[in-house]
Amino acid sequence: MQILVLTKPVPDPAAGAERLGADFRLDRAASPTVVNGNDEYALEAALQLVEAHGGEVIVLSMAPANAAETMRKALAMGATRGIHVTDPALEGADMPTTIRVLAAEAKAEPFDLLLAGIDTSDGMGGAVAAGVAAQLGLPLLSSAASIEPIRETETVRVKRLSAKGYDVIEAPMPAVVACTQALGAPRYPSLKGIMAARSREIASRSLADIGPDVAPPGGWATKVLEAEPPSARAAGRVVREPAADAAREIADFLADRRII
Amino acid sequence: MAPRILAVAEVADGSLTKLSTEVATVARQLAEAAGGEALGLVVDASPDAAAQELATYLPTVIAVTNPAVTSEVVAPHVVAAVAKLIEEGVTHVVLGVTPDGRDVAGSLVGLTGLGLLANADTVTWQDAGPVTHASVLAGKAVTSSTLTGDRGIVTVRPGGVTAEPAASAGTVERRDATAPAVPAAKVLDRVAEAGAEVSLEDAKVVVVGGRGVGGPDGFRIVEELAQALGGVVGATRASVDAGWIPYARQIGQTGRVVKPELYLGLGVSGAMQHRVGMQASKAIVIVNRDPDAPMAEVADLFVVGDLFEVVPALTAEIRARKGG
Ligand SMILES: Cc1cc2nc3c(=O)[nH]c(=O)nc-3n(C[C@H](O)[C@H](O)[C@H](O)COP(=O)(O)OP(=O)(O)OC[C@H]3O[C@@H](n4cnc5c(N)ncnc54)[C@H](O)[C@@H]3O)c2cc1C
Ligand SMILES: Nc1ncnc2c1ncn2[C@@H]1O[C@H](COP(=O)(O)O)[C@@H](O)[C@H]1O
Repeated sequence: MQILVLTKPVPDPAAGAERLGADFRLDRAASPTVVNGNDEYALEAALQLVEAHGGEVIVLSMAPANAAETMRKALAMGATRGIHVTDPALEGADMPTTIRVLAAEAKAEPFDLLLAGIDTSDGMGGAVAAGVAAQLGLPLLSSAASIEPIRETETVRVKRLSAKGYDVIEAPMPAVVACTQALGAPRYPSLKGIMAARSREIASRSLADIGPDVAPPGGWATKVLEAEPPSARAAGRVVREPAADAAREIADFLADRRII
Repeated sequence: MAPRILAVAEVADGSLTKLSTEVATVARQLAEAAGGEALGLVVDASPDAAAQELATYLPTVIAVTNPAVTSEVVAPHVVAAVAKLIEEGVTHVVLGVTPDGRDVAGSLVGLTGLGLLANADTVTWQDAGPVTHASVLAGKAVTSSTLTGDRGIVTVRPGGVTAEPAASAGTVERRDATAPAVPAAKVLDRVAEAGAEVSLEDAKVVVVGGRGVGGPDGFRIVEELAQALGGVVGATRASVDAGWIPYARQIGQTGRVVKPELYLGLGVSGAMQHRVGMQASKAIVIVNRDPDAPMAEVADLFVVGDLFEVVPALTAEIRARKGG
């Protein structure tokens, strides 16, 4: 089966160096980048599906030119090849444009399943998977905790996390699945994988390749007006005492605030 | 053109969700500030009770009766109803940050190309449009954002506003369902799981166990403390990934966002990805044996100690004070 995985290079949350630039947009040069955490869970699920059913995993990113290096990490986990959409005109692209670009690329690459993360650590819109599905006229199976393709019926069955547990949902393939970490932790690239990734193809695509009409003539649909540091909390109290005294301190604190 | 602002409500077990009452309040307040009109939407197999409740917040409520949502995922059916209302002149759509709310918002962006202001904590109306205030970059900054056009979509997080009924109740208009604008997946089964049913968002007290709790056995003393406090148990990704507690309990960037009266963290280091889900809590109390854990930056009370000693003592102390 052919599986397309949307992977977004994002600032490494562990580095803690994320910064907003002068235009209040993310300063993508300020921080080392990694594959978005949830996308790694999607990629892991895709790799396991292909190991079980055969086929190819292709990663698709829309990102600045230097992101190819981050995409290589996805190839080192086991993806077959990558597609990297990069164009200066897409810098700071809004949600509708991101969706149109990714949908247009996905259309050019026949697939059974398109997997995306449930949301991104830098944007957290949580909207791209649903948007791409709508653009392509495909069913969306979101909040996925398991993914099971059924060959005989050409459908895919997903456990969708709900407020009470999960729903078992099913739709015909091709379909779009938005993935959660409940799918299971991603593998670490092996040394062999890292070596193999060096020679795997990452095709670079520009706006002209896709069709310039995906970018709106009138500019982005949203803009950031200002950014401020969050309001600081008053400094707290630190206590080091034997457990019984510490327990009384906490209980006094809770009583003062009428929590008990 | 006066804006027409639509609040999209969600129904759980026949009644309106708490977040929906907040979404309705936001839509009405925006419409008042903009000199426009606010309306609400409920799509359900039997929407009447929820629609009546929604009408206590909004002057006009559209109730779409759609039996298909018992056997299909709801989002495509909501998308169809909203798309129709946009055709009829709705300019702004407000939804809650929930799995269904995000699916509806994303589908609408894909279908209409409208801009999305996501994850707002609060929304105000300034000049000609909504301005959303949202926490970004793992809590490092609060941004104010707006739409560049005169239409768009806004999603709001729980607890940003206090739900307030309108001065007088509105009217409910019943409509039949239209065909979904995007294909809907079938629902084969709805499974309830032990431990998933609590509402972290609505809890006044959240007691969180991190990796320091050490295992499923350790969660027993976390659970006992939560019970003594009348609270619910939450978790970090470390304890979820270890399989000690269901994902539904995870707090943080890829889990739930909570704002309780009390957040009590036990064996939690305070990684940024966790803190974005809890740092708006009213009071934060931490028990951690490492005084340099990052949680110290946000704690009101930070107890340096071994949770296996402090927690049982605290549970006993609380029970004693409550006279139990
Ligand atoms: C993309 C991405 C998304 C993420 N999303 C989330 C998210 O939504 N939620 C989330 O929580 N994390 C998330 N994380 C993970 C996050 O970075 C941290 O790894 C995680 O929060 C750490 O959990 P922890 O505090 O339980 O464990 P640790 O960081 O290991 O901390 C354990 C703490 O317990 C203390 N301790 C140990 N034993 C005891 C004892 N006996 N008594 C007292 N204290 C003790 C230690 O001193 C330590 O401070 C995400 C990470 C990434 C990359
Ligand atoms: N620029 C991008 N390139 C590739 N995939 C993306 C991009 N933006 C978002 N995605 C995918 O869509 C998911 C949700 O993103 P978002 O809606 O931005 O939170 C991510 O987890 C990715 O799988």
